[in-house]
Amino acid sequence: MFRFVVRRLLVAGVTLVVISLVTFGLFFAVPSSPAKVMCGKNCTAADIAQVEQRLGIDQPLPRQYAGFVKGIFVGRTYGSGDFRQDCPAPCLGYSFRNNQPVTEIIAQRLPVTFSIVFGGAVLWLVLGISLGMVSALRRGTVFDRTAIGITLAGASMQVYFFGLILLYLLVYATGLLPFPSYTPLTENPGRWAVGLLLPWMTLGFLNSALYARLSRAQMLETLSEDFVRTARAKGLSARQVHTRHALRAAITPIVTIAGLDIGTSLGGTFITETIFGLQGLGKATVEAVQFLNLPVVMATVLLAAVFIVVANIVVDVLYAVIDPRVRLS
Amino acid sequence: MSDMSHPPSLTAPGDPAAPDLAVETESPPVGGRREIVGRSPNQLAWLRLKRDRTARTSALTLVVAALVALCAPLFGWLTGMDPTDKFVDRLNDFGMPIGYAGGISSEHWLGLEPGSGRDIMLQLVYGLRTSLFIALASALLASVIGVAVGVIAGWARGWLDSVVNWLVDLTLAFPFLIFALAVIPILQDRFYTEREAPPPAFRVALIIATFGLFSWTYTARLVRGQVISLREREFVEAARAAGAGTGHILFRQLLPNIWAPILVTVSLNVPQFIAIEAALAFVNIGVTEPTPDLGRMIYNSIGYVASDPWYTLFPGLTIFLLVLAFNLFGDALRDSLDPRSTR
Repeated sequence: MFRFVVRRLLVAGVTLVVISLVTFGLFFAVPSSPAKVMCGKNCTAADIAQVEQRLGIDQPLPRQYAGFVKGIFVGRTYGSGDFRQDCPAPCLGYSFRNNQPVTEIIAQRLPVTFSIVFGGAVLWLVLGISLGMVSALRRGTVFDRTAIGITLAGASMQVYFFGLILLYLLVYATGLLPFPSYTPLTENPGRWAVGLLLPWMTLGFLNSALYARLSRAQMLETLSEDFVRTARAKGLSARQVHTRHALRAAITPIVTIAGLDIGTSLGGTFITETIFGLQGLGKATVEAVQFLNLPVVMATVLLAAVFIVVANIVVDVLYAVIDPRVRLS
Repeated sequence: MSDMSHPPSLTAPGDPAAPDLAVETESPPVGGRREIVGRSPNQLAWLRLKRDRTARTSALTLVVAALVALCAPLFGWLTGMDPTDKFVDRLNDFGMPIGYAGGISSEHWLGLEPGSGRDIMLQLVYGLRTSLFIALASALLASVIGVAVGVIAGWARGWLDSVVNWLVDLTLAFPFLIFALAVIPILQDRFYTEREAPPPAFRVALIIATFGLFSWTYTARLVRGQVISLREREFVEAARAAGAGTGHILFRQLLPNIWAPILVTVSLNVPQFIAIEAALAFVNIGVTEPTPDLGRMIYNSIGYVASDPWYTLFPGLTIFLLVLAFNLFGDALRDSLDPRSTR
C-alpha cells in the first residue's frame, strides 16, 4: 500500500512538471508582448523595457521558468533598485492589471468555488446515487421508467440553459430565492447556504442525472452477480443484501468518477459562476483571459491541473481501500 | 475473410472481431418452411437500428437539423432577411421587442433579440450551422488523430506504445475546458494585433484544432486495445502469409474490423463538442460577432432573463434538443452494433 502511494505520487509529480512546462511555454512564449498590453497606449519603448524588466520577461525562457518554479517554492524578487518587489514563498507573480499578488487573488476566489462545488457535489451524489439505486431495485416499474426519462433529458441539458431557467423561475418569476451571492461560511452560515442554493441546485440536479444513470446500471449489474445470490441464500434481509453487499460493490466505480468530477469542478465552475455572477476561480480565469492577464491565467490553469492530479491520487488510494482486488495488481 | 466452417449464428453479430457472415433465421413463412437468410453483421446492425423507434426519431431530428443548417441561406432568402439585419423600429424605447412573447409576429416567428433587434429565428438557423460545423469537424479531427495514434501504438508496441500511453495520461490530466478557454485568445493574440480583427474563419479553425488536439485520447485507447487483440488473429496471419505489407494489414484488414466502436465514439463525441463550443461562446471565447452562435445568444440573454425569458428559451432549447438527439442516436447506434450491451 505504501509503495503504491509513493509510486502514484512520483508519477503525479512528473505529470505536474510537464503540464507546468507546457502551460508556461504556451502562455509566455506565444503572446506578442504582455508588457505592451499592460503598459497601455502612451508608453515609450523605454517604459515597456522597464515593465518587461520588472516582470522578468526580458530574460531567456528557461531562466524565466526557473524563476517561476523558484518563486513557488522559496519566493523570488522582481526588478531591482526602486522597483524592487519581494514576493514571498508561494509566489505566482503579480496580476498585470492591478499588481495584486496572484496568490492573494486565488486565496480570495478559492473559497467561493469550493463552496459551490462542495454543496453541489453533496446534492448530486446523494440525489443521483439514491435515485439510481431505487430505480434499479424497482426495475421496470413506473418509478423506474419516469426516472430513466428524466435522467436521460437531464444528461443532455446544459448548465448555461438550466441555470438560467432556474434563475427565471425561482428568482424573477416567483421570488422564492434571492439572487445568488457569496457570504463566507464563517461569517454567516445561513446566508452562505441561501446565497448558494441556486448554483447548488443547478449543478446538483444536472450532475445527479448522470450519477443516477451510472449507479442504476452498476447496481443492476451487481444484483445479478453470484455473491448477491449467496447473500440472499444465506437468509439475509433484503435491506442487508442491498446496502451491505450490493451497494458496496456497486459504488466503487462511482467513487472514481465522483472524485474526478469534483477535481475538475474545483479547477473552475466558470459557467455557473458566470451565470450567477459569483466571483470564483473560474470567473477569475475568464476575466484574466479577456485581458491577457498571463500570471493569473497561468496560475489558475496550473491550479486546475493540480486539482485533477490530486483527485486522481485520492481516487486511486480510496479505490485501493474500498476494493482489495486493486491492491494486488 | 469469410470462412464457412463456423456454425451459423454462434458468433455474436456485430462483434468487431468476427469478420465472417452471421446467419439469422427469419420468422417462418406461411408454408411452415423456415427460410434461412444470410446477413452480414453490418446488415444485422442496420436492421436493429431501423427497428429501434428511438433511433428513428432521433435520426429524423438530426436530419432535419442538418437540413435546416445547410439551407440557412435559403431561409434568409425566403424571408428576405439577413441574420445581421436590425429591426430597431420593432423595439420600444428600452430596447425591448414590441408585442407578445419577445416580439413574435408573422414576420418574426421567434421574435427579436432585445437590444440589437435581430431576428431570432435567423440567428438560430445560422447558429445551428456554426454549431454543427464546428462539432462535426472537431469530431472528425479527433477521430483521425485518435485512429492514427492508436493504430501506430497498438501495432508498434514497445517504446512507441509507452510514449503514446504516457501522452494519453498527460492529455487526460490537462484541465481541458479551462485550458481551451485560456489558449484560444492567447493564440489569437499571437497572430493578430488588437486593432485588426481576425477573420471569423481563424477563430473557428482555432476552436476545432483545440478540440481535436485534446479529444483524441479516448479513440486512441480504444483503437490501440482493438489492434493489440486483433493483430494475433488468424486472418492477420493469413494476410501476412499471403505476402501483404504492413499498410495493407493495418488499413485493409484491421481497420474494417474496428470501425464500429469508432463510429459510436464519433457519434457520442459530437454532442459533447456542441455543448463545449456553446460553453466557450457563453464566456465570450467562442465564435466572434457577427457570426451567429447559439452559446453566445444565451450569454447575451443573461441580462434579459427577467424581462424577456423567450430570448434565453429558444437557443437553449435548440442546443438541448440537438444534444439530446445526438445522445439518443449514439446510444441506439451502440446498441445496434453491439447487441451484448444492455441498457
